[in-house]
Amino acid sequence: MAALIVRRLFQLVPLLLGVTFVVFISLHLAPGDPASIIGGPTATAEDVESIRQKLGLDDPLFTQYFRYLGDLFQGDLGYSYQSNQSVAEAIMLRFPNTFNLSVASMIVATLIGVGAGILSAIRQNSAVDTLSTIGALAGVSIPNFWLGSMLILIFSVYWQWFPAAGFTQPPWTWAGLRELILPAITLGTGSAALIARMTRSAVLEVIRQDYIRTARAKGVKEKSVILVHCMRNAMIPVITVIGLNFGFLLGGTIITEQVFAINGVGRLMVQAIAARDYPMVQGSVLLVATLFILVNLIVDILYAWIDPRIRYE
Amino acid sequence: MESILQVDNLEVCFRTAHGEVPAVRGASFSVRPGEVLSIVGESGSGKSVTSLSLMGLLPESARAMGSVRFDDRDLLRLNGEEMRELRGNGISMIFQEPMTSLNPVFTVGFQLMEPLRIHRDQSKKEAYREAVRLLEQVEIPEAKKRMEQFPHELSGGMRQRVMIAIALACRPKLLIADEPTTALDVTIQAQILDLIVDLKDRTGMGVILITHDMGVVAETADRVLVMYAGRVVEAAGVETLFHEPKHPYTQGLLQSVPNVDDSLYPLNSIPGYMPKPGEIQRGCPFHPRCREAVEKCRDHHPPSFAFGTEHVASCWLGEEEGEAHGGSSAG
Repeated sequence: MAALIVRRLFQLVPLLLGVTFVVFISLHLAPGDPASIIGGPTATAEDVESIRQKLGLDDPLFTQYFRYLGDLFQGDLGYSYQSNQSVAEAIMLRFPNTFNLSVASMIVATLIGVGAGILSAIRQNSAVDTLSTIGALAGVSIPNFWLGSMLILIFSVYWQWFPAAGFTQPPWTWAGLRELILPAITLGTGSAALIARMTRSAVLEVIRQDYIRTARAKGVKEKSVILVHCMRNAMIPVITVIGLNFGFLLGGTIITEQVFAINGVGRLMVQAIAARDYPMVQGSVLLVATLFILVNLIVDILYAWIDPRIRYE
Repeated sequence: MESILQVDNLEVCFRTAHGEVPAVRGASFSVRPGEVLSIVGESGSGKSVTSLSLMGLLPESARAMGSVRFDDRDLLRLNGEEMRELRGNGISMIFQEPMTSLNPVFTVGFQLMEPLRIHRDQSKKEAYREAVRLLEQVEIPEAKKRMEQFPHELSGGMRQRVMIAIALACRPKLLIADEPTTALDVTIQAQILDLIVDLKDRTGMGVILITHDMGVVAETADRVLVMYAGRVVEAAGVETLFHEPKHPYTQGLLQSVPNVDDSLYPLNSIPGYMPKPGEIQRGCPFHPRCREAVEKCRDHHPPSFAFGTEHVASCWLGEEEGEAHGGSSAG
């Protein structure tokens, strides 16, 4: 198990190098010039040129890339072209909001998805199953921004149960939790739907297995047959979906952060892209990519923990 | 001796898109303590469905009628919870496929301790000690090491031994073994059968052994039920059945066993196929394949005729020799 983790951590290095390269190249190939944006509409060509020189943007691309990598290996993500703020600081300031939102959405998605999936599998073709199928279809079809706006309209504006915007309190307090609920539902609904469908099919697959019949023949209570004997096996594909979705959520908080005016990495990224703030974009993408890979590493470790057959292969 | 299981007129029907399809029709039999009752028949003859109905493990689309008396209770009238308490406790079952019958993600120990924890309410420590003893009882070497292993680390024969240990954990009065050796190597088959018979002798439990292998029947059974198209067509002690089979179907089954000692021994198969459940049957269900069928067989279902004690067959050929033996089914 330890060997697996170490091996996977080593695999992180080339993967992240690849990520930095792709992000760097695609940013520089995209149209738009940070120097002229910083200079503003009144800047002369000389002003823009001097800004470009100051930022090192006139060097050949490879020189710029290796300079960036060199800084990166020293833990330096650079400084924002816009605000001159340290990229690492700017991200760390906003990351907790994004992280809390993603984790809360994932909890919502997993609870609803796994619960609905199990129910519709054990009551296959019943009204509950049909309802959950329709719900899942609606869940993946409804766009985030619309769902978020509707939730705000209904629960914040009309009933005033939850605040409409912003994260102002820590999430472990009641007030902070109330701020989290609507954004978490907004962001988690799509994933809940996918998880529900995957859980349903996984449970239906496992429940036909011989060892489930063995469990029943032993006199195991039906609840344990489903939750212990069946779910432990069915969790393997479900965890894959949860892991992948968690990664997408981390990157996909952009719209939800925008709708709920949450000061997170997603919004930071959108602003940075608009301003061609290269260091800020690179730093944020690198963070999201690292988290995505780490979450998938955790998923792999969970596989091995759930399914002993994987440990020895 | 008083029987531990008394099945009377068991009928099992499946609801399908084409209406209700009968899978077992009026089967009656009993099992006594310390005896092996073998149920033989082709695939689809209703032998597995019969065993699942005793365990209350039929799929939801199935309905069982008649009476199944075990421990002074009619199992078909028990509710789900009462039946669950009986499974793995009073009646246990082992299945055909040892490779897939154990849960791949739990240790052998967990799966073996489970019935002890559920039915005997044992603590983890007690259950562990008992489980190790059970593994030793089914002759698994290094029992303590096996407790921590997962099913995929064991061979097929070992897994079937584990299944037997699980089934015997709560000392059931009745063990149902549904083709327990079909999926195993021939050498392992004999070991597993010996083990089952040996454990039966030691514990005095009754065993229902379901098989399609007449060799297995000859080696292990005390009494035999032959099933055909959902009905019991002949029932007899094993000696009687092998030496004086009355039903042409039983005779056909015995003739289709290869004889390795005599290379000139003709191997006879039974022509035709068994009617599928739900196929409309008129007269004796075996008559289209029967070499000795007469006019009567086509139109009238034969009742059971008794030939001495404990030997009944449901065939018109026995009408003169045998005595009418209530009902339309042997057992």
